[in-house]
Amino acid sequence: MNQVGERRVWDWDFVWEVTPRIWDGMVVIIQATIAGITIAMILGLFLALGRRSQRRWISWPFAAFIDFIRSTPLLIQLFFVFFALPEFGIVLGARTSLILGLGIHYATYASEAYRAGIDAVERGQWEAATALNLSPVTTWRQVVLPQAIPKVIPALGNFLVAMIKDAPLGSSIGVAGVLFVARSIGSQTFQYVETMTIAGVMFLAVSVPAALFVQFLERKYGYEAA
Amino acid sequence: MDTKQPEAGSDVMVRMRGVTKAFGENVVLRELDLDVAPGEKVVIIGPSGSGKTTILRVAMTLERPNAGTVEIDGRHLYHQEKNGKLVPASEKHIRTVRSDVSMVFQHFNLFPHMTALENVTLAPIKVLGMGKDEAQHQAVELLASVGLGDKTTHRPSELSGGQKQRVAIARSLAINPKVMCFDEVTSALDPELVGEVLGVLRKLAEEGQMTMMLVTHEMGFASEMADRVVMFDHGRILEDGPPSQIFKQPAHERTKAFLKAVLRH
Amino acid sequence: MPDLILSPSNYARLMEGLAVTLQVLAGAVILGTVLSVLFGIGRLSEREWVRRGSSVYIEFARGASAIILLFWMFFALPILFGIRGWSPMTAGILALGLNMGAYGAEIVRGAVKSVSKGQSEAAIALNLTNTQRLRHVVMPQAVPIILPPYGNLVIEVMKGTSLVSLITLSDLAFEVQKLRVNSIVIAESATTPVLYLNVLVIYFLLAFVISQIFKVGERRMAAKFGVPQRRSRPMAGIGAAR
Repeated sequence: MNQVGERRVWDWDFVWEVTPRIWDGMVVIIQATIAGITIAMILGLFLALGRRSQRRWISWPFAAFIDFIRSTPLLIQLFFVFFALPEFGIVLGARTSLILGLGIHYATYASEAYRAGIDAVERGQWEAATALNLSPVTTWRQVVLPQAIPKVIPALGNFLVAMIKDAPLGSSIGVAGVLFVARSIGSQTFQYVETMTIAGVMFLAVSVPAALFVQFLERKYGYEAA
Repeated sequence: MDTKQPEAGSDVMVRMRGVTKAFGENVVLRELDLDVAPGEKVVIIGPSGSGKTTILRVAMTLERPNAGTVEIDGRHLYHQEKNGKLVPASEKHIRTVRSDVSMVFQHFNLFPHMTALENVTLAPIKVLGMGKDEAQHQAVELLASVGLGDKTTHRPSELSGGQKQRVAIARSLAINPKVMCFDEVTSALDPELVGEVLGVLRKLAEEGQMTMMLVTHEMGFASEMADRVVMFDHGRILEDGPPSQIFKQPAHERTKAFLKAVLRH
Repeated sequence: MPDLILSPSNYARLMEGLAVTLQVLAGAVILGTVLSVLFGIGRLSEREWVRRGSSVYIEFARGASAIILLFWMFFALPILFGIRGWSPMTAGILALGLNMGAYGAEIVRGAVKSVSKGQSEAAIALNLTNTQRLRHVVMPQAVPIILPPYGNLVIEVMKGTSLVSLITLSDLAFEVQKLRVNSIVIAESATTPVLYLNVLVIYFLLAFVISQIFKVGERRMAAKFGVPQRRSRPMAGIGAAR
């Protein structure tokens, strides 16, 4: 244990000792991200369809909601879910709040990606569906969405990577993620250099491969993300 | 080979020896030799892929040759002399020699964020170190000489294709080159605008001193103003001679075939 | 309606927080812009070490999230270099600026690359130096392409400033948390949802102002070229400043 005033910058024994705990925190982050992106993908499609509605009284509230959430910090939104919702009788645990907050925040981004993907499906496709007298449901399911989704996938991949980086915000509402753990160990031992660096390295070890995976997705689907 | 060698003792403005250029597997220029005398107007013709554009771009340092030498007005472009031997030139040296060459492009490449006047004054000010007033005075004169004296404050987006190309010519003239390369400068123009650009080229040719290398499909124009026509094929010079010879009595079958295909329109 | 409005003293505190938020934002954007231009152009350099170095910075600063960078800057850096009196403001500006620079660099690089090759060739044909070519021909044409995604990026950084509340800097997010604690203690003060909604609206207005500023800039650029240049990029900047 370092003594105050004695500057031991890097203590390898300490590093090996705390790494498992910090890794547990990383796992929490990964789990939250996977749950969050799932919500975002589903909710995002719903938001996109609402936003594209021809009826103003539907599309406008959707557009306003999307714009509002996208333009405001995720941190405050997390605070709202965790601290403010209880006033309305909705009490969620820290982890659930994080997942919900991430899911809603990123659903708005995903909705824009879906919109772009759907808009990119050529006019002619819709016209062909009309000429064949296909029902709206069939048109969407068989013609439009199968062509729109591949274009959306690279964008969703990007959001996954972004979400991994946002998930540590959960530490502000008490989620025992990588940052929370690193900080609490650090505050006990003052060995912030080790804990923060371990957290950083772990983070890069997860986010960089994820980013490379997204690049692979982009190449595979051959489209530029927007 | 039918290359015409300049008379012994006369100056050569452009001398290319053994120039080879390949893009990956594709060999575009094969050990090309070409001489251009000062003030000579040379028109280069040939099918696409024959290397005719590439040879201009090599002269302009837009493409670097894989082998061979290029001399501009007696100075090596891509080589320097060190202890009596020829070594690859530094970028600085290339830039120095390059100042004698300029180019007008098929797609004009005017600077869209500048007016016509600014397009013409930029290089004289920044490269030749001309004072702003002097550069502007020269620019106004040059633009007037190409018939655009009233368009100095216009932006490229406000000009027609023919006008843009004339500004481009003025812009190149402003840096006082010894050699000017013209890369299919009328090919991207609507037919009715071609004439005004050819008019400027004709005028430039008649004034005499500029050494001009042109790649063009305008055979009628070529036959009246060229001193020499060079036919390229597969990276080599197939034929080289005065327009009367090349157009009326080409020696090679391929030249005949090419001319027949082009002149059909 | 009156239930949604806070008391003047609450607003005063929030405005103090906003002032700090704006300071962090300004500092981060300045630093981020400088880094964006430096490394964006550096990535296109002919010198390999400049290219490699720029790539390393970009990949590293993009892979690390803003909050990790922030925590590391605030907690670990001063210990590592033995700095005393290390302010959270400095850590915040450094972390957010470095993070922004990486994303901005990619925007700059993409824009510079998209300026047509013919422009560079014309500059070479006029014998301009590389620096002159960048300054007078390429960059002026790259700027209108940079602006729309850059505006989005600045908004992302603005959102990111809320993170400094986690390292005890009294920005808007920090103030609202303090007010919330107060409101739990004092019976008649504003409820938590109302507090947060107000703050969200303030951030929203801030984002709106920023996007308007960029719209004006884009319009002025378009006027300069005589042709509308705006390419709306709804996705650009997403994933930035994280």
